[in-house]
Amino acid sequence: MFPPMPDLLAARSQMGVSLGFHILFAIVGMGMPVLMVLAERRWLATGDEIYHELAQRWGKGTAILFAVGAVSGTVLSFELGLLWPGFMRLAGAVIGMPFSLEGFAFFTEAIFLGIYLYGWGRISRRAHLFAGVLVAVSGALSGIFVVIANAWMNTPTGFEVVGGVITHVDPIAAMANPAAFAQTLHMLLAAYAATGLAVAGIHAYMLLRDSTNAFHRRALSIALLVGGPAAVLQPISGDLAARQVARYQPAKLAAMEAVFETERGAPLVLGGWPDLDARTTRYAIRIPYGLSLLAYHDPHAEIRGLDAIPRDQWPNVPAVHWSFQFMVALGTYMAVVVLWAGWVLRSRGRREGGRVLAENRRLMWALVVATPMGFLATEAGWMTTELGRQPWVIYGILRTRDAVTPMPGLIVPFVAFTLLYCFLGVIVAWLLYRQIVRSPTVPEQLWRVVRTGEWSRKTGDA
Amino acid sequence: MEPKDGGRVTLAEILAGVIVAALNAYVLLAGADFGGGVWDLFARGPRARAQRELVVQAIGPVWEANHVWLILALVLLFTCFPPVFAQLSIRLHIPFALALIGIVLRGSAFAFRSYGGQRDEVQQRWGGVFAGASIVTPLLLGMAVGAVAAGAVGEGGTGKGEGFVTLYVLPWVSPFAISVGVFALVCFAFLAAVYLTLETTDRALQEDFRRRGLVAGVAVMVTGIVALALSRGGAEAVQRGLLGAPWSLPLHVLTGAAAVGALVGLWRRQWRWARIAAAGEVSLILWGWALGQYPYLIPPDFTIEGSAAPLITLGLAMGAIVLGGAVLFPSLYYLFHVFKGRASEV
Ligand code: HDD
Ligand code: HEM
Ligand code: HEM
Repeated sequence: MFPPMPDLLAARSQMGVSLGFHILFAIVGMGMPVLMVLAERRWLATGDEIYHELAQRWGKGTAILFAVGAVSGTVLSFELGLLWPGFMRLAGAVIGMPFSLEGFAFFTEAIFLGIYLYGWGRISRRAHLFAGVLVAVSGALSGIFVVIANAWMNTPTGFEVVGGVITHVDPIAAMANPAAFAQTLHMLLAAYAATGLAVAGIHAYMLLRDSTNAFHRRALSIALLVGGPAAVLQPISGDLAARQVARYQPAKLAAMEAVFETERGAPLVLGGWPDLDARTTRYAIRIPYGLSLLAYHDPHAEIRGLDAIPRDQWPNVPAVHWSFQFMVALGTYMAVVVLWAGWVLRSRGRREGGRVLAENRRLMWALVVATPMGFLATEAGWMTTELGRQPWVIYGILRTRDAVTPMPGLIVPFVAFTLLYCFLGVIVAWLLYRQIVRSPTVPEQLWRVVRTGEWSRKTGDA
Repeated sequence: MEPKDGGRVTLAEILAGVIVAALNAYVLLAGADFGGGVWDLFARGPRARAQRELVVQAIGPVWEANHVWLILALVLLFTCFPPVFAQLSIRLHIPFALALIGIVLRGSAFAFRSYGGQRDEVQQRWGGVFAGASIVTPLLLGMAVGAVAAGAVGEGGTGKGEGFVTLYVLPWVSPFAISVGVFALVCFAFLAAVYLTLETTDRALQEDFRRRGLVAGVAVMVTGIVALALSRGGAEAVQRGLLGAPWSLPLHVLTGAAAVGALVGLWRRQWRWARIAAAGEVSLILWGWALGQYPYLIPPDFTIEGSAAPLITLGLAMGAIVLGGAVLFPSLYYLFHVFKGRASEV
């Protein structure tokens, strides 16, 4: 019987689907606590009840996403072994360290999230705010530790291979691998940019319907405060990441940029169709010296092309090239929109700024368009990183095909988990949609009455 | 490798002990959350709704934190004993994957129910998923433990031979493994019932869970005896450890005393006593299993020493545990203080 899908392909697909699903929730898990804490802090500082309402409503939506993030993350921890036992057997002792630290970060995060979500009114306001800060910090730490592990897969250090066996293990050196800093920084900024701009986009949409709504104005300003700086810094940290890739992962860089020939003063290739057989990229725009300049900050630097890489070690060139270009395009748009908003805001006060932003309909539309972009860019970035590493799971050390589990029939779990995630995705989207549609639309004067009414109903339930 | 008789305790052994301790915490805390799902399913009588609400209220703030104990045990396992993690993942792929689906559905269903629609039929639908997944998951995890204890997932174990079914299915569907699965489920339900008496001040609800706790407590004894009987044919190594070692008699006496103590506590409505005794009973059972298969992590061929990571990794992991623990325990204390301190004090 010919299997409908080879086991290796099924395992890779399942890993990709699981990670691609989890990252959406992980981003929110890193970004939303920051937004909630800022809103709550403003509530404590100004006494403006709207900020209180905002923090609580954001908390409700986030609770659902957190739960799905936690369970999909659990699946991943198991899948490392269920799908890639060969990888874990070899790598566990070397990169178990960041995972163990991550375990403790998860703990802190889950504990204080419980306190934050369920602790309104049970603990002092200061303690509540502090719990929120701890959720934000430990969320960021979880992300940092797990990306360090991934960076090690890209640029493995901290061990020696003697006769196919890993010896001289040094887990600290492994954590300090060359890709770690650039990747963790880039991922952290991605989380804040993606969450901030997504929330900004949603509230911008509501402001397009009613630009006087005080609730959405305040929400927008906080979201931009978090997402804005991150989106502007993202291309800079991306440049850092790219230079690291150029130095340590030549095959990935060649695929990202669709460079077939090794050359000095290499042009930057935009778009186009990488033709593997002809070894050229058709229909692309070429910016002379661009790539050498970007990768080494020197117009004449040599860029190693795919010709320097054995054919059986090429990643999937078109997929990596397009993913990368897609990310960069989205990142450019996001940064430009934020700079535009900054220009509109030039030296206005908080109240005044909220009005100026909300009444600029074109800017609001531009923000609405950016709503999903951070998430899409993150997915594209991860496709670049992960597909670009193939055929290696540990770059230059262990091939993916040698890491996969010997259990046959992997298409079954792949299909099962994919269906499960589709099902969850639809439900989460629906619940969030309802949460957003139900946001308050009352004018400011009536606000307090409504809120107090709802408060007594809530406490009546408990 | 031979176990060292009377020698010093090694770092690898300590770490194996920490992993068992993390599993112990998982069983006592998350296990009870699973058990809550069982009582959600069996909510009956005029107070069915109140019973369900009590379960939701009790596990809402803590289930995510309770769940992390499993992840901690897992990451420590693959850091400190990579070959063991690989072997378990290969041979127990199917029960783990199914348990994962259960974990995903249970967690999401719980969140959807708590934060989703207030309409009754929506609540009921997610309640059903939550309860179903709460039953299936402990069953599967218990079966996996049973398969390990039986020595069926080691290289030289009964899982030897060819063919998909022999390698990947038979180890965890043996009568012994199934009996361990049922036993785990019953233990979790027992813990939940006992804990829930302390979560409310409503007399009638306390009585409901007292009755359930008594039934479950007896069921724990019955299923425990069945599992022990089946281990005769199924898990000889563990059984030999459990019955033959010098510590085995005191352990059995203590476990039995805790079991009786929990039932007596429930009977006399001394809820706090019952909780301590029930937790003690289940912990002793878990440690009995762990000690029973010492020095093996997976009998009959993966020992603690033989599958440990290099010393430097173990040392760093230990350091991480000490540092992490210094943050973790005060935080956990605070969490339980905020949410669990109330009802029982009134
Ligand atoms: C909001 C999301 C986002 C945005 C706007 C960008 N990126 Fe990105 N990028 C990511 C989100 C991301 C990511 C998903 O977070 C990745 C995947 C792996 C990683 O560490 O970060 C990533 C990876 C990644 C890598 C590969 C790193 C590696 O494989 O080691 C490079 C070279 C860049 N990015 C470069 C850029 C550049 C030049 C951008 C210019 C605008 C850019 N990224 C915008
Ligand atoms: C969350 C964002 C991530 C996404 C979207 C992602 C995506 C992917 C994809 C698409 C694959 C399949 C690649 C292929 O075989 O062609 C893959 C493989 C894999 N990823 Fe990631 N990845 C992410 C982060 C990570 C991290 C942080 C780790 C680190 C520990 C990791 C570990 C792995 C492993 C072990 C494989 C399997 C081996 C391989 O195919 O190279 N991934 N990932
Ligand atoms: C770039 C990739 C990743 C990032 C940035 C990331 C980040 C996060 C964050 C911030 C959370 C907590 C928020 C939430 O629950 O929604 C989380 C949860 C989790 N992640 Fe990831 N993660 C990534 C990939 C992975 C991988 C590869 C694994 C497994 C090996 C993993 C395992 C987990 C687990 C087990 C949880 C649940 C923790 C809990 O129960 O609270 N994650 N992740």
